[in-house]
Order: sequence, then C-alpha cells, then structure tokens
Amino acid sequence: MASIGSIATAPLRASREGDKNAKSIVFLGVLWFTVLFSVLSLAVLLVTSFLDGSTRLDANLFTRYSSIVLPELAGARAAILGSALVIVLTAVMAIPLGVAAAVYLEEFADSRRWYNKLIEVNLTNLAAVPAIVYGMLTAGVALSIGLPRRVVLTGAIALALLILPVIIITTREAMRAVPQEIRQGSLALGATPLQTVWRQTLPAAVPGIATGSILALSRALGEAAPLLLLGGLVFVSYDPNGLFSGYTVLPIQIYNWAKEPQLAFQQVASAAIILMLALLLLMNAVAIVIRNRYQKRW
Amino acid sequence: MNSHYYSTRTHDVAEAGNETAANELASLVEVRQDDRRSLPSDPKPIMECEGVDVFYDDFRAVTDVSLGFGYNEITALIGPSGCGKSTLLRSLNRMNDLILGARVEGAVTFHGQSIYAKDVDPIEVRRRIGMVFQKPNPFPKSIYDNVAYGPRVTGAKVSDMDDLVEEALTRSALWDEVKDKLKQSALGLSGGQQQRLCIARTIAIRPEVILMDEPCSALDPIATSRIEDLMVELVKDYSIIIVTHNMQQAARVADRTAFFTALADEGTGDRTGLLVEYDLTAKIFSTPADERTENYISGRFG
Ligand SMILES: Nc1ncnc2c1ncn2[C@@H]1O[C@H](COP(=O)(O)OP(=O)(O)O)[C@@H](O)[C@H]1O
Ligand SMILES: [Mg+2]
Repeated sequence: MASIGSIATAPLRASREGDKNAKSIVFLGVLWFTVLFSVLSLAVLLVTSFLDGSTRLDANLFTRYSSIVLPELAGARAAILGSALVIVLTAVMAIPLGVAAAVYLEEFADSRRWYNKLIEVNLTNLAAVPAIVYGMLTAGVALSIGLPRRVVLTGAIALALLILPVIIITTREAMRAVPQEIRQGSLALGATPLQTVWRQTLPAAVPGIATGSILALSRALGEAAPLLLLGGLVFVSYDPNGLFSGYTVLPIQIYNWAKEPQLAFQQVASAAIILMLALLLLMNAVAIVIRNRYQKRW
Repeated sequence: MNSHYYSTRTHDVAEAGNETAANELASLVEVRQDDRRSLPSDPKPIMECEGVDVFYDDFRAVTDVSLGFGYNEITALIGPSGCGKSTLLRSLNRMNDLILGARVEGAVTFHGQSIYAKDVDPIEVRRRIGMVFQKPNPFPKSIYDNVAYGPRVTGAKVSDMDDLVEEALTRSALWDEVKDKLKQSALGLSGGQQQRLCIARTIAIRPEVILMDEPCSALDPIATSRIEDLMVELVKDYSIIIVTHNMQQAARVADRTAFFTALADEGTGDRTGLLVEYDLTAKIFSTPADERTENYISGRFG
C-alpha cells in the first residue's frame, strides 16, 4: 500500500529544463522579433498614411477627379469607379471559368492521362508567375487580335488571367473537402455525374469557392503592375463607362500621386491608400466570415 | 436440438465455447426460418454472377465467383475482411466504375441481361439496383429533400412527391419519428435514423434489388435490430444482397449465405477473394460442406 501511495505522489515537478535553456530562449526571441517586425511595419504604414492622409479623407476623395492644377482638391473618383468596374469584370470572367476548370479537373479528368498531369503541373506553376508577366501576355495577345490595350476589358482580362490559377486551385480544394460518400450516395441513386456536381458537390463547395474567389479578387484589386504595363491611364477625368473605355484604378492612381513633388498629392495618395487598405480588409473579413459561418463540417 | 449437427461431423468442434457459439447461430437460423416460406434449394435468380473476376489494375481482388441471387430473398455475403465482399457488391451495380483502374471480367446479369454490355447505361443499372453504404451518408439537405432526391434526378413521373416521400419513410419505419420535421436537416438525425433515411431514399427510386454493404456496422445494437427488422419486411418486395461481418446478423436475416475467403494467389502471392460455399443460411450455419466455412462460423478463423 505504501509503495502505491508513493507512486501516486511521485513528483510531477519538471526534472528537465524544458524550453528554458539559452538556445530555446534565443530562438523564441527571434520568432517574436519576426512577428513584431511585420506587425510594426504594417503599423507604421497605417499610422503614417493616416497622419498624412486623414485631412483628405473626405467627400472630395470620392466625388472629384484628379487634377494637375488643383492638387488640394484632387479626388479618386475615376480610380474608384475604374477599380470597381475592372474588378467586377474580372470576377465575371475568372470565377465561372475557374470553377468550370476546377470541376473538370476534380470530377471528370482522368488524372492518369498525361495531358491532365501536364495541366496539373502548369497550374501550380502559373499561380506563382509574377503579375507583370500576365500584363505582358495580355498586351501581346491584345496586339495580335486587335484589342485596344488601354481599356477596361483588356485590363480585366489580364487580372482574370492572373487570378485564374488561384481560383482553380482553391475551388479544387473546396471540392476535395466534400466527402466521397456524398458523391457515391448521389450516383447510387441514379444521378448522373453532372447532376451530382450540380446538386451536391458544387453547392457544398460554395463557401470555399467564395472565400477563395474573394481573396483572389482582393489580390487583383491591389495589383498595379500588369495594368501599368497595359498602359492604364494616369490622369482620367471622366467616369469609365464601358468595356472599351479608358480607365485608371486605385493602385495606379496612388502610384502617380505619390511620385508628384507637391505635398497635396502626397496627402491625397495617403488618403487613397487608407481607402484601399480598408477595402482589402473588408474583403478579407468577408472571406473569413464566409469560411467560418458556412463551412460544412462533416 | 442442435447437437446432432455436431455429433455427425467428422471434424470435431473441440472447444466448448465455439460449440455454444455455433449452436446459438444455428438456433437463430431456425427462428428466422420459422416465419419464412420454404425456399427452393436453388435460388430463382434476379441477378447472377458467372465466373466473375474483379481487378484493381493488375491486382485481382475477386476470383471466379459464380452464384445467383434469388428474387425476394436476402442473400448475405460473409467472410473475413479483405476477401472482396465490398468489391463484389460494388460490381453488382457498377459502382466500381467510379474507381480508377477497377475492372470486371466474367458475366454479371440482371434478369438475364449483362449489366456490363456495351449498350448498357450504368446510370440505369444503378436506378434499378440501389445501394446502401456502410456509413450512413445522408445529403446535407432536409429529410424530405433526401428522399425526394432520387425521383428528382431520375426525372421519374411522380404525381405527388409528398405521398412518395411519406410512403418511402413509412416503409423504412422512419415516418413516425420524422413526420413533424421533414424540413429539418437530415444531419440532425441519429446514426440509426440516418441509415433508415438512406434506405428510404433508395426505396424512393423503386429499385428491384437493394445492395447493402455492412449497413449496421456503424450502429448500436438497437438501431441494428431495427434495420434487420426492416430488411425482413422489405424483402417481400425487393431482393436484398447484404455484406455483413456479423454472423449473427447473417443467421438472423439471410435466406441464403455465401461464404468468401481470401487465398494467396499461386502466381503472384497476392491475396484474392473467392467463394467457398453458397447455400441456404440454415445449411451454412448448421452443416457447412466446407471445413473453412465451419472454422469461420465457429469463430476459429477470421
Ligand atoms: N479502391 C480500391 N483500390 C485498390 N484496391 C482495393 C480497393 N478497394 C479494395 N481493394 C482491395 O481489394 C481487396 C478486397 O477489398 P474489399 O472488397 O474491401 O474487401 P471486404 O469488403 O471483404 O473487406 C483488398 O485487398 C483491398 O485492399
Ligand atoms: Mg467491405
């Protein structure tokens, strides 16, 4: 009995140092530093932008066009409308195309065929291709098929190509998360593979697809490089009004203001940065909410 | 009553425990047979396998299976795990078409027509030969929509869907439990209820044969016994083929039982499944012809 008692009360106190030796502490310190570094840079960006730009965060930012002669009154109206139009058009092109491609690859493609393997490898690589390459690709294609370069449609095509791989990959992941038993259940009831996709797999994957698409679109929203390459216009003093209208977008507008010497331009650039960060934050928040709210747990 | 089965055997059942277990099984069979009509010694088959081999790529999972599944009978497929029961079952309604590399050789016929013939539509095969899976797999939809799913996708002419849903749920002994919550998600049901819902969903497309792959293995004993009662009820109108690892279950519900085992292939050394013995359940559990069957049902193997 005594021995049982002593076993039960054997010390649980740490006999080893655990993570308290010098090496671990240094390592943890480095980890903390890296976190701190990224958080701090973001904070600095936010604070300086806010300090510089807060005076210009007013109605003028939304209602007025940019102006060379009146930098104090310059607004981002054309850029905001341009961004909105380009992003909507990008979504309209990229999401259906991406989802359809993902459905083919995930549900119908025979993954043993060489051409499907080839697509597979290319897809993962495409997702890592720098944005400017998509700009060059689109410029080249536009030139050869006679599409004007500096218009909304061409810009949206470049951005759609840019986010297509991301949409395909996230959609496939969302579809893969739908249990095989659901597909089998549907097929065993005499549903065709296409009916099974429409009625079971896709609906169950919608939250994942929505999350991935929003994140991809928020990347497109912040992207300036491919559009600069396509010659997105610098000073636009009219609302973009169609697929073949000239346009500018927020990141390009910011880029242009920021390189001007006048303080007033610096300030309005900061205001536009705040606006864009707020938009991106909002889109990411929506994506997270969708993911958490509607994600099916099987 | 049961002891004479054993006294006449050349192969002695040594351990008392095994003998008791075997006696219990034999008595279960008698209980089941009491309330069933007498069965012909050979089934009048609705489906037949003739020399069926099933491959996964080069691996032969099932070898040379020939047997007939009787009209309005419950046929149980038993045997140690990995002997190809699920594989064979899936080949009976072309669900294995969905597995890359799976291939069936030999003849599988339904009403005498080969279900693997070139002009046969696997979708149509699955509409006539339904399937219930091991793990209940209701769709993340309402109870009503789960049952209505089959008729909707098959485009069946249904004069009144509400009636059809009620009938299917009643026939699967679920109506009283769910009639007030038809619009609620099927995922809120208990495991046993979900499995009966899956049976209701299958009945709703009015198949002729229902395949069940260990339908009770994820359920507790009470839920299991409800499903067994249901099978005995359903077999009046359907032909049922059930895979089970539970010999009591086979003894309780099945009219005929097929015993499979896995043998190492002489050439490749791969284990392949083959049919050892197929007979009336009463015969299999009392006087099996093959020593391997006897060993298996008396619990000495597998
Ligand atoms: N999808 C599959 N791909 C490859 N091999 C499989 C697959 N399913 C089953 N097998 C193999 O076929 C054999 C029989 O499996 P299975 O039919 O599941 O046996 P049982 O249902 O009798 O336990 C096993 O050796 C198993 O590993
Ligand atoms: Mg199995």
